[in-house]
Amino acid sequence: MEIISLISLWFIPILIGFILMYGTYKKVPTYESFVEGGKEGIKIAVSIIPFLVGMLVAISIFRASGALDYMMNFIRPGLAIIGVPAEIAPLAFIRPISGTAALGMTSDLIASHGPDSFIGRLAAVLQGSTDTTFYVLTVYFGAVGIKKMGDALKVGLLADLVGIILAIVVVSLVW
Amino acid sequence: MVNIIWVLLTVIGILFAMVNGTMEEVNEAIFKGAAEAVTLCIGLISVLVFWLGIMRIAEDAGLLTKLSLLFRPIVKIIFPEVPNDHPAMGYILSNMMANLFGLGNAATPLGIKAMEELKELNGGKTEASRSMVTFLAVNTSSITLIPTTVIAIRMNYNAASPTDIVGPTLVATCFAAIASILIDRWFYYRRSRKRKG
Repeated sequence: MEIISLISLWFIPILIGFILMYGTYKKVPTYESFVEGGKEGIKIAVSIIPFLVGMLVAISIFRASGALDYMMNFIRPGLAIIGVPAEIAPLAFIRPISGTAALGMTSDLIASHGPDSFIGRLAAVLQGSTDTTFYVLTVYFGAVGIKKMGDALKVGLLADLVGIILAIVVVSLVW
Repeated sequence: MVNIIWVLLTVIGILFAMVNGTMEEVNEAIFKGAAEAVTLCIGLISVLVFWLGIMRIAEDAGLLTKLSLLFRPIVKIIFPEVPNDHPAMGYILSNMMANLFGLGNAATPLGIKAMEELKELNGGKTEASRSMVTFLAVNTSSITLIPTTVIAIRMNYNAASPTDIVGPTLVATCFAAIASILIDRWFYYRRSRKRKG
């Protein structure tokens, strides 16, 4: 497991160095390309503000009212048997439905439990390792006019379930 | 679906506060939640700008295209029905590469284009073909090298080492991708058995 941590540490700096050297070798105007790409980052960050505000306020209300704790107490025993913290259940549920909503929940979990806590890490890996099945399905099939989606939804949701289980297993093994 | 969940979270919370006598906390939570969301987005800007900038260099240098060529044999196994020189193959590969580098915005148009080509390959029918279902399965468990946003959030909340989740995320996502391809295969064989029987 130490190897995974080591790769995590080295991977990004080495990748950045490699891309810069390769870009220079290919005579790309590196700095100008960087600035052009970076502008898109600002656009993305600003455009998700409304999504996050909406979701974080809803979650805050739900939690501050005590409804979250109440609900947790019901599902905790069942989840505890398989070693899953109850706090992660809402995130696992919403992840396939809405990416931005899940992002709000992830940051909420990281904020309230700490980024280096088990729950904080599990939320981070869960958010990073799965994708929004419903979004992909609606956008991709909607754009090209597919009406009968066959097994696509079933396959996608089953894949999500496997992804969630794998995230829990890996995080439990590493930390 | 999101609409229902969003409304339920809020309304149940407010109703619960009425019964529970936690109205004061709820009032505070409304404004705190909104403020926190904005702070978070501002914090995300740094990482998003840097990473998308670096990735633009990779794209301009032709690294994404190079990687696509490298992965062609693997993709051929996953999509046996797509001919090698068909444009669909190119779009599928570039979509996967964009996802790999966390370029969600670049991945979406490429993915739609890939779907278009797959539809044409299927005779323009409005029914999802085998390859389309596979492509979707691969996309929903998209392998990501750098989960940029998650790293940014962890940085925001002062994680000791914000990037230490990269390795575990990669391991989890790789296995998930393999699993989703197997699930897709299993459904396909089930379908074709039914048709024969």
